[in-house]
Amino acid sequence: MATTKKKMVQWDPAHVKAELLAKYPTKVARKRSKQIMINEALENETPEITANVRTTPGIITMRGCTYAGCKGVIMGPTRDIVNIVHGPIGCSFYAWLTRRNQTDAGTDGENYMNYCFSTDMQDSDIIFGGEKKLAQAIQEAYDLFHPRSIAVFATCPVGLIGDDIHTVTKKMKEKFGDCNVYAFSCEGYKGVSQSAGHHIANNQVFRHIVGENDEEKPGKYKINLLGEYNIGGDGFEIDRIFKKCGITNIATFSGNSTYDQFASAHKADLNAVMCHRSINYVADMLETKYGIPWIKVNFIGADATAKSLRKIAQYFGDQEFIDQVEAVIAEEMPKVLEARADVRTRTEGKTAMMFVGGSRAHHYKELFNEMGMKVISAGYEFGHRDDYEGRQVIPDLKVDADSRNIEELVVEQDEKRFNPRKSAQEIKALEDAGYEFKKYDGMAPDMDKDTLIIDDLNQYEAEKMVELMKPDIFCAGIKEKYSIQKLGVPMKQLHSYDSGGPYAGFEGAINFYHEIDRLVNSKVWSYMKAPWQNNPQLSASYGCE
Amino acid sequence: MLLRHTPKEITERSALMINPAKTCQPIGAMYAALGIHGCLPHSHGSQGCCAYHRSALTRHYKEPVSAATSSFTEGSSVFGGQANMLQAIENIFAVYNPVIIAAHTTCLSETIGDDLKQIRKKAITEGKIPKGKYMISASTPSYVGSHVTGFSNMVKSMAGLAESTGKKNGKVNVIPGWVEPSDMEEIKRLTNMLGVKTILFPDTSGVLNGPLSGEYKMFPDGGTTVAELISTGDSIGTLALGEWCSAAAAHELDTKNKVPCQVLDMPFGLKATDRFIDALRIMGGVSVPDELSMERGQLVDMISDMHQYLYHKKVALVGDPDQLIAMTEFLVSMDMCPVHIVTGTPGKEFERRIKEITEDMPFEVNVKAKGDMFLLHQWIKNEPVDLIMGNTYCKYIARDEDIPLVRWGFPILDRQGHQYFPTVGYKGALRLLEKILGALQDRKDRDDPETTFELVL
Repeated sequence: MATTKKKMVQWDPAHVKAELLAKYPTKVARKRSKQIMINEALENETPEITANVRTTPGIITMRGCTYAGCKGVIMGPTRDIVNIVHGPIGCSFYAWLTRRNQTDAGTDGENYMNYCFSTDMQDSDIIFGGEKKLAQAIQEAYDLFHPRSIAVFATCPVGLIGDDIHTVTKKMKEKFGDCNVYAFSCEGYKGVSQSAGHHIANNQVFRHIVGENDEEKPGKYKINLLGEYNIGGDGFEIDRIFKKCGITNIATFSGNSTYDQFASAHKADLNAVMCHRSINYVADMLETKYGIPWIKVNFIGADATAKSLRKIAQYFGDQEFIDQVEAVIAEEMPKVLEARADVRTRTEGKTAMMFVGGSRAHHYKELFNEMGMKVISAGYEFGHRDDYEGRQVIPDLKVDADSRNIEELVVEQDEKRFNPRKSAQEIKALEDAGYEFKKYDGMAPDMDKDTLIIDDLNQYEAEKMVELMKPDIFCAGIKEKYSIQKLGVPMKQLHSYDSGGPYAGFEGAINFYHEIDRLVNSKVWSYMKAPWQNNPQLSASYGCE
Repeated sequence: MLLRHTPKEITERSALMINPAKTCQPIGAMYAALGIHGCLPHSHGSQGCCAYHRSALTRHYKEPVSAATSSFTEGSSVFGGQANMLQAIENIFAVYNPVIIAAHTTCLSETIGDDLKQIRKKAITEGKIPKGKYMISASTPSYVGSHVTGFSNMVKSMAGLAESTGKKNGKVNVIPGWVEPSDMEEIKRLTNMLGVKTILFPDTSGVLNGPLSGEYKMFPDGGTTVAELISTGDSIGTLALGEWCSAAAAHELDTKNKVPCQVLDMPFGLKATDRFIDALRIMGGVSVPDELSMERGQLVDMISDMHQYLYHKKVALVGDPDQLIAMTEFLVSMDMCPVHIVTGTPGKEFERRIKEITEDMPFEVNVKAKGDMFLLHQWIKNEPVDLIMGNTYCKYIARDEDIPLVRWGFPILDRQGHQYFPTVGYKGALRLLEKILGALQDRKDRDDPETTFELVL
């Protein structure tokens, strides 16, 4: 096994920042400079970072597109909706089972996760329009599967040629009568990253599905879990814990989700938000329209899981429920602590970097902390300023040309269904006791002073960072994985985890400890050089001697 | 059941593609471009295209895949992507300093009518392409053809670099088509063995099967050099392997540089390898060494040794046209019966070739170009097979129908080896045969009752 000796790599953040910018043309350097922040770690005095802005053309970015955020991330894990991609074949092909969203077909047996549907647009469709083909494709899907819902996703050319996908889907919905059909204008060129796609997806789910099913749902402590995508089974682990605690999860947005879960989401009494970036606006809309308060939770990290469960219990306030949650935590924690103590003998003091997602780079810090590891640099691929600096900056966010064309839904109280779950007095009493609603402080206050917070890190900078700061582990996505590992540094994917999981909840924490222990202490990193490369002098004697 | 909603009854579909057996052009252009030494592929479109192609290639090769993008926004989609492309060229040479940029279009930039050739000219005029550096481009609209077409288009653009000096270089151009880095390496081994000097392009060996040594080279040592590509115009001839992947580039060299060409099937299996070796021998003016005849003999030997397990075994195949034509011939040559054959790539000629190859087979053959894996699955439900050969997505059908699967083609996302062990040539055919036999015999060992379970097979 590798030793636990701490690597002493000295670096000065200002120097690292200067090095990252040195090679760029002036304009690029100026722009990147605002996205690289040396953290002050002082709450309220956190310097401003530039985020959610365009990536410079030619710079090898980690980011994807709006379609990827809409179809790939948000709608991808829904199992009983037939998701048809309207466009040339590629977009649907690449989003086909590649995100490791696990699903359970459940008792109804509906599961289209393993299928890939596309209108496979041809040049004639581009020239003459693709609306007829889309209508026909929807009809064929309906005839073959009779699903309860069909969703349509626009790819780049659809917006350009002006196919009216919303009218097509509306007509098909009316024609079928028993199948909800709707569309997402999530062309890849919209916005600056996947983030715009999350927004477009969530808006349409809210507009077309939420509130459709008014049936009462059984359960005493009913919540929705927002922004949890069941990568590697994370959602399954969280649901296991919920069940033990007596929490009824009405709807997960959107890991292993069903149409009916979305349709019934307004029946929950609390919204628990995991991924702030992808879904905080849905939480706001659910509150405005239906009167359901929301809180930020985090089920990444065992301590964070316990804290989040307590927060849920405190909201409902029943002593019996609070006791049950405490009993579950007491039952789950010993094996977590045992695993933690074991791995810490090998992970203590090691360093990590995380450049991923819009929340994950913050959430996973919990797990590294639990292992005694230090996050020396982090950033989001598609986060906004509030994900770095906290929600208090939202009113100050600049609305630029790219964010302006992403629709903001204006939501009002639903006359029939609005029901404030807590009275103003009850909310105030909770807040006076230190309870925080709709609060998220972001990544920056959680990072140490002089660590580097970098938005939209690119391949060149990633390589430089590894070279200069020599972390023990680097976390990003599949595209970054092997260039980092070629440098002899293990790389863990935190989008889709490479393999394995879950990493959420208590079981997940144990899995993560073991996985990081395996990665940072693997023997393979000691094999970079052959014996003759380490010691190239010739010492043999000639055969004739 | 993973594909539980797939009915046995086949109904006509004219608009909905389900479980495609192809993807779009740009990824093929990107893969081909990685076979040029010092090349940075560039995707002229939204960021997502580039991200998806890089991810798909990375998952298949488990290697870094660098490529840049024009990062289109709504504005560039309205006003054209020229400004983005020019900015990209400047940044790429400043930050990454490749020898050459190989840019391809996407459905987005094609739909708005961006012309990369014209943008390149502008970049040259504005001095954005430094001296001694290059840029090539290919038009790869995603709504035409498939990933195979995109590969072919980029290889054709490589041939566009060819110059004729009037003095022949004594070399044969070999265009391998979309095969694995290991296959390209094997083709080079075979040409070396024959003693024919060749220029192989593209060549992803040493690029997408690199070592782990603690050093990251954004531009690995492998790949066909630009100098070699320029020199293809002086070669004595071109062998293009695969009509779909390689013919266009060979014809380009023929028309533009008067380099005569021959289009062959990809050298998978006995007969196609025979034709490749024979053509190379004649074009290069050499005789075939005994070691190579020995390799051929070993393959024939293994086919004869194991024929009892292969005879009349039914196979379902899915993949790309050039690969499927050669594989179908290989299977038929061993008295196996490929009965269901699907490619997502369009081409009536594909169906004709397959029908020709399978003419004398004792079973009806289902073949479809521009088909999908949903149809393949339905065919299998109606007429079960003993073996499936295709990419990783086949494992959903294989598990549901309980049929052995040999992974072959693109993408392979759940097994290793394709980067390192070739399936072209005689040695490659031996490996294919080993895999096919392994799958069939593992199945036999699993299914045989105790009474007939055998030690010696």
